[in-house]
Amino acid sequence: MATEILMPALSPTMEEGTLAKWLVKEGDTVSSGDILAEIETDKATMEFEAVDEGVVGKIVIAEGTESVKVNEVIAILVEEGEDVPEAGAAPAAKDEASAEDTPAKAPAAAAAPAAPVADATPDWDADVEVKQTTVREALRDAMAEEMRRDEDVFLMGEEVAEYQGAYKISQGLLDEFGAKRVIDTPITEHGFAGIGVGAAFGGLKPIVEFMTFNFAMQAIDHIINSAAKTLYMSGGQMGAPMVFRGPNGAAARVGAQHSQDYAAWYMQVPGLKVVMPYSAADAKGLMKTAIRDPNPVIFLENEILYGKSFDVPVMDDFTIPFGKAKIERAGDDVTIVSFGIGMTYALAAAEKLAEDGINAEVINLRSLRPMDTATILASVRKTNRCVTVEEGWPQGSVGGYISSVIMQEAFDYLDAPVITCTGKDVPMPYAANLEKHALLTADEVVEACKQVTYR
Amino acid sequence: MPPKKAAAKPNVSAEELLGHYREMLLIRRFEEKAGQLYGMGLIGGFCHLYIGQEAVVVGLEAAAEEGDKRVTSYRDHGHMLACGMDPKGIMAELTGREGGFSKGKGGSMHMFSKEKHFYGGHGIVAAQVPLGAGLAFSDKYKGNDRVTFTYFGDGAANQGQVYETYNMAELWDLPVVFVIENNQYAMGTSVKRSTKSPSLWERGAAYGIPGEEVDGMNVLAVKEAGERAVAHCRAGKGPYILEVKTYRYRGHSMSDPAKYRTREEVQKMRDERDPIEQIREMLLTGKHASDDDLKAIDKEIKAIVNEAAEFSKESPEPALDELWTDIYATEIPQEA
Repeated sequence: MATEILMPALSPTMEEGTLAKWLVKEGDTVSSGDILAEIETDKATMEFEAVDEGVVGKIVIAEGTESVKVNEVIAILVEEGEDVPEAGAAPAAKDEASAEDTPAKAPAAAAAPAAPVADATPDWDADVEVKQTTVREALRDAMAEEMRRDEDVFLMGEEVAEYQGAYKISQGLLDEFGAKRVIDTPITEHGFAGIGVGAAFGGLKPIVEFMTFNFAMQAIDHIINSAAKTLYMSGGQMGAPMVFRGPNGAAARVGAQHSQDYAAWYMQVPGLKVVMPYSAADAKGLMKTAIRDPNPVIFLENEILYGKSFDVPVMDDFTIPFGKAKIERAGDDVTIVSFGIGMTYALAAAEKLAEDGINAEVINLRSLRPMDTATILASVRKTNRCVTVEEGWPQGSVGGYISSVIMQEAFDYLDAPVITCTGKDVPMPYAANLEKHALLTADEVVEACKQVTYR
Repeated sequence: MPPKKAAAKPNVSAEELLGHYREMLLIRRFEEKAGQLYGMGLIGGFCHLYIGQEAVVVGLEAAAEEGDKRVTSYRDHGHMLACGMDPKGIMAELTGREGGFSKGKGGSMHMFSKEKHFYGGHGIVAAQVPLGAGLAFSDKYKGNDRVTFTYFGDGAANQGQVYETYNMAELWDLPVVFVIENNQYAMGTSVKRSTKSPSLWERGAAYGIPGEEVDGMNVLAVKEAGERAVAHCRAGKGPYILEVKTYRYRGHSMSDPAKYRTREEVQKMRDERDPIEQIREMLLTGKHASDDDLKAIDKEIKAIVNEAAEFSKESPEPALDELWTDIYATEIPQEA
């Protein structure tokens, strides 16, 4: 049976090419893998190999011919002793030419997931006893509770075990859970992040601690390409149920390479969930949710907040769902949206504004992906003004995203442009006065709120 | 050219030889067909063929047991066929159709099978190395005796994360076989132009990992070395490195004109060292199979590949709703 040999596409972008040279002639016997011709593509000259075996019955396109379209018949292969049919008549070719056919069309309807709905229920009931707890203790307690609950949860990172944590977050965990589940790694972020993702593929639930998120830049390929994308690339067959956690953002006087806020970076990536707790209750409730979540979670902590104390409910199993913001302070005049350490500026500013008779509503986002835009929008529809607060840089900021959502969803409600308060657009300086100037201040937030309320 | 070492082995059964022949031929014919479909515009983007390297995965799969895991780079079609994934699902993924292993969302470089313990299909050179060690970590943590085969190329062998992984894999005695598929060219750069190390497996010595060089054109030699490596891992002695010397006949990807080597070099390899021809020769000279027997196998393989190609054309494109699925899991997928 004769087979038509078609002009091949030899690059992702080739539509036609030059048949530069035939390396076989009519009557030659060829077998699979033999080079038939040289073809010039839009990029290079390529050798073109035979797939089927047979005798070259007819060369249809002469060498030197330019602009030969992909899938045009260039030669006909016949079996030994077989006559050469007319070009286009070879039956096998019709089959292969179905490449031209468009595949069955998929139904047209496809929509992004629906927008979230605001949920104002409190994190715990009013009659529940609370205990003053530091963020540090809350994080440790959350990990310990989840490790007791699930054998597959383990913690790995630099200095997490014998040293008890560089920032003492994992204090006591080695004693309770042993070296199998609390694992000191060498200083090798790229490597241990990848091993953590592989362990998650293998059915475990790793908590990978970065001593700080600045060092996670060494590992960002595994966080994004390996952890965040695998569920999608595998058509839902496997993913990475795990937590990447550690302090993020500026600490104090540690310079440019140890003082970056990565919230906006990670928030951009589909497949990741991103949370940034402010209080100890946030830290505990969100950490427990993060460990149980079947997806990779970026858990951004803050060194300055570690030692701060907050009320944490005394409950057997306290969790906070992702995508649920908390209104920390109610008000009617302006909405301040923040998260993580940004909340300290937001709340301090709200205090000062109250003295001037401006009642700010302060929203603690807690999770950035998924983001509770419903709560933001509901507040803005009430106050008609919004100021966002974060320590990160201005270009491509979290606040920039929030203001775009407000503009698209609540433009008619705005009485002033949204102002995004951010860290200054500079690497973090070391000198005490410059560092202070590079960071946000509550006064800047106050100023922004006055601007949008025209006071 | 008659095979050297393997021919002297009296303990290899006809059945085993025929099995290797069949599996290697399936990969070869599948890849040729994939190349053809690419030429017709049915497969897009990058497409890295495994032609010439068939003995590596077939030999190592022969040393594996049920439950063992494997992970590799983007040149992954051979690995998937060798571990028993359905050729139809693989080809349909290449054409980006609903019937593909990733529902058309992964493509040539990104396929997975929980059922066959195949963990991808990774597009970032060497990223699969720590991932493989992590899979081995999960098995050690669970206390079973499974082994993970972690494949990477001579190009990946110069990435830093390989050595970070070597260090931890040996430190924690992880049951992982690091398989360096040394096909001698990292895209267009020969090994000689990328390192002065005389051999790649010997770098493991710096971390205390044993290993060896293997003739990757000889499936029996690969299998034998694989069995040594697996025994080492299963005995709880930690990782093992196999540097498998192989050769890729085709370009790095479909759009590679391969000007960095001569046509003669490739032809010499095909004529003298071809892994499939070596086994074919053994089957015929050992009178394990007749010409007709082998022709029947060829025909059978061709039918499987044609069926896969047909399926990959007929399977519809994914529904547009698929764009929005599998971004987040609602529950943790269970281990097969």
